[in-house]
Amino acid sequence: MSFVDIVQILDSTIRLATPLLLACLAGLFSERAGVFDIGLEGKMLVAAFFSAAVAAVTGQVWVGLLAGVGAAMVFALIHGLASITFRGDQLISGVAINFLAAGMTVLIAQDWFAQGSRTPALSGDARFSSIDLPFAEALSGVPYLGPIYAEALSGHTILVYIALLAVPATWYILFRTRFGLRLRAVGENPGAVDTAGVSVTRLRYAAVMICGLLTGLAGAYLATGLAAGFTKDMTAGRGFIALAALIFAKWRPWHALGACLLFGFLQAVSNRYSTLDFGIVQIPNAFVLALPYILTVVILAGFVGKAIPPRAGGQPYVKER
Amino acid sequence: MDKLPRWADIALVPFINLALALIVSGLVVALIGQDPFEALAIMVNGAVGSSYGWGYTLYYATNFVFTGLAVAVAFHASLFNIGGEGQAQLGALGVALVCLAVPWPHWTLALPVAILGGALFGAAWAAIPAYLQARRGSHIVITTIMFNFIASALLVYLLISALKAPGMAPETVRFPEGARLPTALEVFGAIGIPFSRTPLNVSFIVALIACWGVWVLIWRTRLGYEIRAFGRSEPAARYAGISPFRITMLAMLISGGLAGLMAVNAVMGEQERLIQDNVLGAGFVGIAVALMGRSHPVGVLLAAILFGALYQGGAELEFETSVPREMVVVIQALVILFTGALDGMVRSPLERVFLTFRKQPKPGLAPETRP
Amino acid sequence: MTEPAIELKGISKSFGQVQANRNISIRVMPGTIHGIIGENGAGKSTLMSILYGFYKADSGDVFIRGTRTEIPDSQAAIAAGIGMVFQHFKLVQNFTVLENIVLGAEEGPLLRSSLARARKLLKQLSDEYELHVDPDARIEDLGVGMQQRVEILKALYRRADILILDEPTGVLTPAEADHLFRILQGLKREGKTVILITHKLREIMEVTDTVSVMRRGEMEATVNTAETSPEELAELMVGRKVLLRVDKAPATPGDVVLEVENLSVRDDAGVERLRGVSLRVRRGEILGLAGVAGNGQSELLEVLGGMREGRGRVTMNGTALDLTGARSDARTRRQRGIAHVPEDRQREGLIMEFHAWENAGFGYHDDPRFNRGLLMDNEALREDARAKIARFDIRPTDPWLTAKSFSGGNQQKLVIARELEREPDLLLIGQPTRGVDIGAIEFIHEQIVALRDRGKAILLVSVELDEIMALSDRIAVMFDGRIMGERTPGETNEGELGLLMAGITETDRDHSVAEIEANLARRAGKTA
Repeated sequence: MSFVDIVQILDSTIRLATPLLLACLAGLFSERAGVFDIGLEGKMLVAAFFSAAVAAVTGQVWVGLLAGVGAAMVFALIHGLASITFRGDQLISGVAINFLAAGMTVLIAQDWFAQGSRTPALSGDARFSSIDLPFAEALSGVPYLGPIYAEALSGHTILVYIALLAVPATWYILFRTRFGLRLRAVGENPGAVDTAGVSVTRLRYAAVMICGLLTGLAGAYLATGLAAGFTKDMTAGRGFIALAALIFAKWRPWHALGACLLFGFLQAVSNRYSTLDFGIVQIPNAFVLALPYILTVVILAGFVGKAIPPRAGGQPYVKER
Repeated sequence: MDKLPRWADIALVPFINLALALIVSGLVVALIGQDPFEALAIMVNGAVGSSYGWGYTLYYATNFVFTGLAVAVAFHASLFNIGGEGQAQLGALGVALVCLAVPWPHWTLALPVAILGGALFGAAWAAIPAYLQARRGSHIVITTIMFNFIASALLVYLLISALKAPGMAPETVRFPEGARLPTALEVFGAIGIPFSRTPLNVSFIVALIACWGVWVLIWRTRLGYEIRAFGRSEPAARYAGISPFRITMLAMLISGGLAGLMAVNAVMGEQERLIQDNVLGAGFVGIAVALMGRSHPVGVLLAAILFGALYQGGAELEFETSVPREMVVVIQALVILFTGALDGMVRSPLERVFLTFRKQPKPGLAPETRP
Repeated sequence: MTEPAIELKGISKSFGQVQANRNISIRVMPGTIHGIIGENGAGKSTLMSILYGFYKADSGDVFIRGTRTEIPDSQAAIAAGIGMVFQHFKLVQNFTVLENIVLGAEEGPLLRSSLARARKLLKQLSDEYELHVDPDARIEDLGVGMQQRVEILKALYRRADILILDEPTGVLTPAEADHLFRILQGLKREGKTVILITHKLREIMEVTDTVSVMRRGEMEATVNTAETSPEELAELMVGRKVLLRVDKAPATPGDVVLEVENLSVRDDAGVERLRGVSLRVRRGEILGLAGVAGNGQSELLEVLGGMREGRGRVTMNGTALDLTGARSDARTRRQRGIAHVPEDRQREGLIMEFHAWENAGFGYHDDPRFNRGLLMDNEALREDARAKIARFDIRPTDPWLTAKSFSGGNQQKLVIARELEREPDLLLIGQPTRGVDIGAIEFIHEQIVALRDRGKAILLVSVELDEIMALSDRIAVMFDGRIMGERTPGETNEGELGLLMAGITETDRDHSVAEIEANLARRAGKTA
C-alpha cells in the first residue's frame, strides 16, 4: 500500500463518513431529547430522492437541497406526531418510516421520471461541486501533510464541511446553551422539565425537527454530492450504521465524529479491496463491511465500556402526580 | 379499569386502524394519477380472483405467518425482535445445509429434518442478542438490527466461497429432487381438483400447525403463562420465581426458530437453492403482521393472508398498471404506522366516546392503577 | 383583614367515573403553614396538582392574593408565585445542583451567565434559609434529604412565595424531618406561605398553624391546629372512630423458623444495601422491621423472598437456603414454606393486566394442582380463585376481571389470600396496608395476627411506625443496611425508635451533635 493509496483512502473516508456523521448527529439530537429514532435510514432516503428529483427538474442543487430537507422534516414530523403527541411506540414508528420512505421514493420516482425507480443523472448546477480549501494548491508540495491536506481534506462539497462544522456546533448547543440544557434534561427526566414550566412537547418536537433537518442534509449529500442522482434504496443501511456510530459514541458529539470516521474508513477500505491480504490472514470484504455492526454489538454488550442511553429515552411522557 | 370494552379493543380499534391505513394508501394511489378503486379491484382480483392468485397469496402468507408468529411470541415477552430478517436468512442456511447434505430419497424424510435445521439456525441467530439482552442488558432492538446486517454479510461471504455453485451466480447448487416439496398443484391434482402452477406448497400446512402450536404455547402451557407474566412485569416475574434469563432466552429462541422456519417455504419450497436475497423483507413484514394480528395466532394468520394478498395483488398491479409493487411497501408502512405507532390517535378518542356512554361519575374508591 | 394567599372556591375534578375532588373550598392565609391531611386517595394530591397547573379543574375558581387566576400549566403557577416540591423529586440525576436549579428559569439563551447569576443567588438563599448544599454536586451523588433541599431551592429561586410540599417526609428520617420543619418555620418567618400535604398526624400537630382534612374527595373541615387533637383529626380523616391498637393476645413464641446471619447484599449498581444483617423469627411471633424507606428493608425482603442474590447465611427451620445461583429463586423459597406479600403489589405481586384467576395462582402456577403435564389446568385455577374471592370477601367477585379493575384494598386482599393459602411457615410481608382503605386495613391486620396465632412466623416491614408498633411482638430498626437495635413494643416509644431510625444508638447519644450529623451525611451519600 503506497502513500498515494493512503491519501485516496482518507479522501474517500471523509466522503463516506459525511452522510454517516450528519445522520449520527441527527440521531444525537433526537435521542438526547428522549426520542429514539431507528428511522434515520428512511428520512435520509426520502431526502436523497427529493433533493435529486427537484435538482433534476430545476437544475438547481440548492433548490433540491431545500426540497430534500423539507421532505425529511415532514417524515420527522410524522415520527414526532406518533411518538410525542400520540405517545406511540417510537421504535415501531421508526420502522414504519423506513418502509414508508422505501416505498414512496420508488413510487414517486416511477411516476415522475419513469426511469425504473431512479432520477435522471445529475450534472452541472444540479450537483454540489467541490470546494478547494485555501492554499490547497500551494501546500500540496509539503511532504506527507501537504497531499493529505490538498487531496484528502480539500476538494469536497460544501456539505462535507457543513457536516464537520456541525460537530462543534452540536457540542456548543448541547452543553453551552439554554436550549441544550433543556434538551438534555428532557431526555433524562421530562418530569423535571415539565414542572420547571417548560413544555416537554415543544422541546421534543424541536429536537425531532433538528433531526429531520440533519438527516435531510445527509440524504441530499448522498444523492447530489456523493452520487449523481437517486437510485432505489441508495442509503443501503447507512442510517443504521449512523445509529451504530451513535451508540459507539455513547451519544457524545466529538465521539460521534470519531465513530463516523472509523466506520467511513471501513467502508472506504472495503470499497477499494475485495479482500484484505495480510499475508498470514485474509480478511474477506464482507467482514470489513460487517465490522461496524459487530463493533456496535460488542460495545452494546458492555465489553468495552457500557453504552447507557438517555434515561427517559423511548418512553412517551405522561404527566404524573 | 379497562377503558374499552373487549370487542372494541379486539375488533374495532384494529379495524379503524386498518381502514385509515387503506384510505391513506388510496390517497397515495390517487396522487400518482391512478384510480384507487380500480387499483383495489385489480389487486383484489389478482390476489383472490383465481387459483393462481390464491396460490401466490397463500405462498406469501406462509412466509408471513412464520415471521409474524416470530415477532408475536417475542412481543408476548415484551421483546421487540426486529431481527426476523436475519434469523430467516440463517434459517435458510440451515435448510440449505440439510437439503444439500444428504441425497434425500423422499420429501417426507427431508421435511422434518429441514424444519429442524431451519428452526435451529434461526434460533441460534436469535440466541446471541437474547443472551446479551438477558445478561448484559444490551437493547435487543439494536442488537437484532445489527445481526440482520451481519447475517446478510455472512451469507454473501458463504455464497461466494464455501457454498458457491460452479458458474457466475452467488448461489448454491440446486437441492436434490428428493428434497422438493409437493406444490398445491400436485396435492390438489392428486385428488382431482385443478389448481394453477404456483409456489404454494405443503409448508402452508406447517404454518397452520405453527399457529396452533403458538396458541397452545402462549395460552395453555406453563411456559406461555410465564412468558406473558414476564412480558407484563419483570419484577413480578422474579417475584413469582420466573427466571427472566430463562424466559428471555426461550422466548427469543422460539421466536428465532419460527423466523427460521420461513426458509422451509421460501428456500426449500420455492427457490430450491440458497440465494443471497432469500427473505425479501418478509422478516419486516412480520412486524406489521404481528401488530395487526394483536400478537394472537389467529390474528397473525388473518393478517398474514391479508399481506399475502397485498403482495400478490401488488405484483398484479405492477403488471397491469404503472404502479410499482413498492405500493405494497407503502401500504405495509402505513399499516405499521397506524396500528403500531399511531394506535393512540384512534384509541383515546374512542375511550372518551365509550366513557360518556357509561354512568356518571360517583364518589368512591378509585381502582388503583398507575398512570 | 388581609387577603388569603390562596383561596379555592368550589373545585371539582373527575377522572372518568371517579370523582377525585368534589366542591372543595379552602382559604390559606399568608405567612402561615397550612396542613392538608387525608388518607391515601383522599384527593389531596389531585387538588395540589390543580393548583400547580397539572390538571384542569372541571369547575371552581382559584384566587391568588385575592385575584382570580387561571392556572393552565406549571408556567402559570410559577408566574403566580407558587412552588411545588413533589413527593417524587423532579430532578435530573446527572445534572449538577446548579443546573437543576437554573433549568427552565435561565435568564438568556447562553448558559454561562445564567449559571453565574444563579450561583450568586443560590448563596444568598442558602444563607437566608439555612439551606446549604454544594452547587456543583451531581444530584445522583446526593442523599434524599439534600435532594429535597434542592427542590425547595428551585422553588425559591423562581421567587415562589407559596410553597407546596407533597408528603415531604416519606423518605426522611425523623431527624431529617425535624430539620425540614425548621426550614419551613424559617420560610414562614420570612413571610412565605407553606402548604404541607401529609397523611401523618404527628407532622400536622407539630408544624402547622391551620389544617384541612380531606376524605373521599371532599373537604371535611378546616381548623386551627392549636384547637384540635390528633384523635379528632383521625376521626375526621376516616369518618368514624378508629382502633389505633390491634387486638391481640401476647405472643407465645416457639422454635426459631428463620435465622439470618451476617447477610449482605449489593444492588444492581454495586452499592451495598445490606451490611451484615442478623435476625431471628420464631414460630408464633411477628418481628416488625422499622426504618425509613430505602435503608435496606426492601432488599432484605427481596433476598429472603428469592428475588435477589445475597451473601451470608440464612436457615429456614434449621436447613440453609441457597443465596446465590439457580436455587436461590422465589420458586424454591415457596417450596421451603416461605410466602411473600411484596411491598409493591402492582409492580411485583400482581400482573395488572392478568385476570384475577390468573393472578390468584401467580407464583404457585407450577403447583401440580394447576397443571396437567406441560399444560396449565385453567379450570382448576379459576375454581381456586373463586374460593379465595369468597373466603377473603374480595369485591367485585368476578374472577374474569383484570387485577387493575380492583381497588387497592381488594388487590392486596387477593395477594394475601394467595400467600396465606398454603399455611406458610414464614410470611414475609412488606407495607401490608399501603394504599389500602381503612376497612381493608383492619381485615388485613386481623389476618396477620391470626396467622401468628396459628403458630407461624411473620417478618413485617413497614415504614408506618404506627403499624409496626401496633402489630409487632418485637421490633428491629434498620438503618443504612444494618439492624440498629431491637425493642419490645411495650417498652419503647416513637421517640426512641425514631433515633434508631436515624442511625443514632444509646452510645451515640453521649456523643457530639457533629458526630451525629456526620453519620447522617454518610447516610445521605449512600442512599443517593
